[in-house]
Amino acid sequence: MAGVQVSNVSRSFGAHKALDDVSIDFADGGFYALLGPSGSGKTTLLRQIAGFDFPDSGRIAIGGESVERVPVEKRRIGMVFQNYALFPNMSVADNVAFGLSVRGEAKAVIAAEVQRALDLVQLGKLGSRRPHQLSGGQRQRVALARAIVTKPRVLLLDEPLGALDKALRVDMQIELKRIQREIGITTIFVTHDQEEALTMSDRIGILRDGRLVQEGPPEEIYDSPKSEFAATFLGDANILRGDTTGTGIRLPDGTAIAAGAGATLAAGAKASCAVRPERIRIATNAGSADQTNGNMLRGQVSKRIFAGNNSTYFVERDGQTLKVIVQNTGIERLAEGQDVMLSWSPESTVLIAAN
Amino acid sequence: MATTRILEWLGRVYVWLLLAFLYLPIIIMALMSFNVSPFYQLPFEWTTEWYASLWQNDQLISATWNSIKIAVITTVICTVLGSAASLALYRYEFRGKKFLQALLFPPIAIPWLITGTAMLIFFFGVGIGRGLFAILLGHVALALPYVIVVVSARLQTFAPELEEAARSLGATQWQVTSRVTLPWIMPGVIAGGLFAFAVSFDQFVVSYFLSTPGQTTLPVEIYAAIRKGFTPEINAVSTIIIVVSMALMLLTARFFKFGGEK
Repeated sequence: MAGVQVSNVSRSFGAHKALDDVSIDFADGGFYALLGPSGSGKTTLLRQIAGFDFPDSGRIAIGGESVERVPVEKRRIGMVFQNYALFPNMSVADNVAFGLSVRGEAKAVIAAEVQRALDLVQLGKLGSRRPHQLSGGQRQRVALARAIVTKPRVLLLDEPLGALDKALRVDMQIELKRIQREIGITTIFVTHDQEEALTMSDRIGILRDGRLVQEGPPEEIYDSPKSEFAATFLGDANILRGDTTGTGIRLPDGTAIAAGAGATLAAGAKASCAVRPERIRIATNAGSADQTNGNMLRGQVSKRIFAGNNSTYFVERDGQTLKVIVQNTGIERLAEGQDVMLSWSPESTVLIAAN
Repeated sequence: MATTRILEWLGRVYVWLLLAFLYLPIIIMALMSFNVSPFYQLPFEWTTEWYASLWQNDQLISATWNSIKIAVITTVICTVLGSAASLALYRYEFRGKKFLQALLFPPIAIPWLITGTAMLIFFFGVGIGRGLFAILLGHVALALPYVIVVVSARLQTFAPELEEAARSLGATQWQVTSRVTLPWIMPGVIAGGLFAFAVSFDQFVVSYFLSTPGQTTLPVEIYAAIRKGFTPEINAVSTIIIVVSMALMLLTARFFKFGGEK
């Protein structure tokens, strides 16, 4: 087991900069998510760490040892592929045994290790099956068992749950987390699913256009995003733009918004504030609004989407649509077209430098 | 329903007619190889004298051995070279690759008569001349594109992640190829090998151009024998070949389900 250090790694394909000076420190035993839209470079970064591709510049170290020019077969990593990539001509047990077998381990050792790995992923009795006889979730488990049976230094997962349906995906998220804790392996997980990143990982790295946008624990990124992109890509956010006053911003119509979190900026520059939809209170008029909240905006409900336990209100103000999520407490439901007062606290407001 | 039954009946008749069209000439030939009369005269009288005299016909026997040897060597060379070439075309990107791949197809379409003439002139030009070695070279050149096309088609269905997965598990390039890639393309390799064998063993035109009186193959020898005067020995040798090759085909079909791989 070992940590992974990625330092100033760049990689171009022709004129396209797939990775641009990316540095991340993956601590030993942690569960990391690399999150980003398609084309953000997250899979390219994973392939550099795996050793399928080498960086143009920069350094990659696994357990303190430089590996950026070591090919994948010598890196002692375990990898789970998006489509599982199980060997169709081999049984489940032979699939899992492959890594030990190419290494020339003794037959008895292989058999015992394979059984242990299959037991760990709860497929102990299916060793003699062929991959095509398994369900999607079972194939996923075989792929995982195959990747960890060789005791790799780091486990790499490339959108491993993407091909599963929603219910199974949630099961596998829990399962994956359990197995990762049990063997304590450093795990790097590529996903474009923000919910998956939030629920599973200890830390998240958000990538965009080949650059690392922000890195940190899920709560930190969610509560204090450092860019509009991070705010809107990880979770939902309302973005208000204006000129900074140092402790907040002034909107074009003169309304002041106080921000209790985020960057410290010199007054006068362009800046924006991010507010999560669930942090905003919605009231029918100024009188019933919570005055202690500090930030207030008047608007008009344009649309309501009922989702059972909550409702999302789309509120128009000054040419912008704001999103507000309200828990369904059964007390009050607002009609479309109704004038409302929105309020939220400065602590829920993150000041972000204009990008 | 009456119409369904008629359609069913028509279908069955159609299949039998088709099989008769394919097999009747062969069956007649096989029967005549056991008939006493050398001139296809009935009534049918059983004999094995043509098979016995076949063993005396040194020319025919030696031509048969030549054909078998050349076909086997052609199959081995084409299967190995062709599969390796397909793998190379699949794995690597290099300058002129598209051009090279496009060049693989014309030899299949060029009439063998023209290819044969070209080879004859060329082999004389470079000093190889005619004979069994020239025939072997010719057959390899003819059969190689078939193997590459068949194996490449099989490789198109191969998921490249399988090789990556094998490498991530520590497999060397050779282990990846022998344990993951080759098992996957094996049906294609076998099919390509059968093609190569058939192209070589059936080859008349090119072999005719490149053979010399002592160094010849079975089709050329049969042609020469028919021109001299037909003997039922030809029926006998043809029957043996048909039985052996059909047995081989059935065996292969039994062990490899072409296209049905999961």
